[in-house]
Amino acid sequence: MHEAFPILLLCGLAAGPAAAAELPPGRAAELERLVLQDCGSCHGLTLKGGLGSDLRPENLAGKPLDVLTEIVLDGVPGTPMPPWRPLLSEAEARWIANYLLNGGAQ
Amino acid sequence: MTRFMALLCLVLAALPWRAQADSLRATGDLGVVVERASGALLIIDQSDHAAIGRVEGLGDLSHASVVFSPDERFAYVFGRDGGLSKVDLLTQSVAGRVLQSGNAIGGAISDDGRLVAVSNYEPGGVRVFDAGTLKMVADIPTGSKTIGLVDAPGRRFVFTLWDAGETWIADFSKGEAAVTPPKITRVQGIGRNPYDALITADGRRYIAGLFGEDGLTALDLWQQPPIPRRILAGYGRGEEPLPVYKMPHLEGWALAGERFVLPAVGRHEVLWIDSRSLEEVGRTRTHGQPVFAVARPDGQQVWVNFAHPLNDTVEVIDTPSGEVIHRLTPGPAVLHMEFTPRGHEVWVSVRDAGRIDIYDTHSFEKLGEVAAQNPSGIFFTARAHRTGL
Ligand code: HEC
Repeated sequence: MHEAFPILLLCGLAAGPAAAAELPPGRAAELERLVLQDCGSCHGLTLKGGLGSDLRPENLAGKPLDVLTEIVLDGVPGTPMPPWRPLLSEAEARWIANYLLNGGAQ
Repeated sequence: MTRFMALLCLVLAALPWRAQADSLRATGDLGVVVERASGALLIIDQSDHAAIGRVEGLGDLSHASVVFSPDERFAYVFGRDGGLSKVDLLTQSVAGRVLQSGNAIGGAISDDGRLVAVSNYEPGGVRVFDAGTLKMVADIPTGSKTIGLVDAPGRRFVFTLWDAGETWIADFSKGEAAVTPPKITRVQGIGRNPYDALITADGRRYIAGLFGEDGLTALDLWQQPPIPRRILAGYGRGEEPLPVYKMPHLEGWALAGERFVLPAVGRHEVLWIDSRSLEEVGRTRTHGQPVFAVARPDGQQVWVNFAHPLNDTVEVIDTPSGEVIHRLTPGPAVLHMEFTPRGHEVWVSVRDAGRIDIYDTHSFEKLGEVAAQNPSGIFFTARAHRTGL
């Protein structure tokens, strides 16, 4: 228990509050809107899929945060998934990947 | 107290009048606005520049589209969540609703107004319903995400398979749809990943835009069977396309003079095509990646909106010169533009401002606003009488 605690704390920091804390105030709400409205134009407003794949947590389960962050930044070449690097910072892409994994939409 | 009674009597007396006035209303200058996030349809009066009602409970309406019954009384709403709703514009209520699939992308109504078809991503295919009862009369699985569904003359529906690159023509002209299955014609070789398609207003040509290739494919529906013809092949001239943050739409690809205009994919341009030869005759550089390029009904102007993040702007292109003659910035997230049937006004949805803006298309003067919650598509009832809309 005592040994597990720091690790849990670290994971928590990496996945949750730390990612959010890197964003300037108000940006999180803008990103949430971007995910639902603009990602939603391909992935569905409820993110359950459309031309783009289902982005709900049960479908993303097991995919590492880093991999999803990279997909958001660089897209999936040869498919309509566009690279968002010109519009989003790494921290923002990571925030979005985290948001998707945690099912922020629900 | 007596004042109160008098008032009450007045109100009661007024009620039947109201009902009668409502029942005498015509629908020719009505329309609907899709309120994307709240799953509602706002009913608008074009002459009054006003909303006259809201119908709620229509599900996930992102990307929703609408067609109208021939009498312009009912709007059929195709929701992204697979919901097909029939909304009565006069009683302002839901006259019918079915959840027909898990994931839909659009719909169409047959030329005789009796059949409503919906195209689905999941499970991929087209389902056809009785326009009166919303009972399913035909199920056409395609095994592919199905896009670009339109109605064609002769009680036909035409649609295209994103994964397989085929266009199918479902002919319902023989017998009752519920009894006699449609005759299906499959046209192969449309190209890689067709993302949307349109039919010209005369119902003759069906044109699919390709995402996986530089070009489009045209079919002449007068041919039996139609032979695909690649047009504008290599319009990107081998340049690396820019990222596409929103798929362009080909609906409303109206004739502008002798030319068609359409949004290029992955570049900041619209392309002009000769309507007879189907060859490129020019291009106009635009502010961003165009999403809709719609011609005013007379064809003299083309209004263009853009993908994120340049979606606060609308450009107006003069057809004869191909030049941008006016630029407006209505506000954040301009999603759709709809002309009045004769083109004197254009209604523009500005999603993140929660507004519809109304412009005079000759002076560009703003004539009014209508408040709406996250508005996306705007549809006037005059679409009832146009093939492909
Ligand atoms: C123009 C359409 C389009 C837009 C806009 C779009 N995507 Fe995608 N996205 C796709 C497609 C198509 C795929 C599937 C790619 C493939 O076939 O592997 C995809 C795949 C993904 C995946 C991988 C899912 C998995 O299971 O591996 C993620 C994550 C993703 N998108 C996130 C986003 C985010 C976040 C946004 C908004 C910032 C966004 N997408 C906007 C089309 C789009």
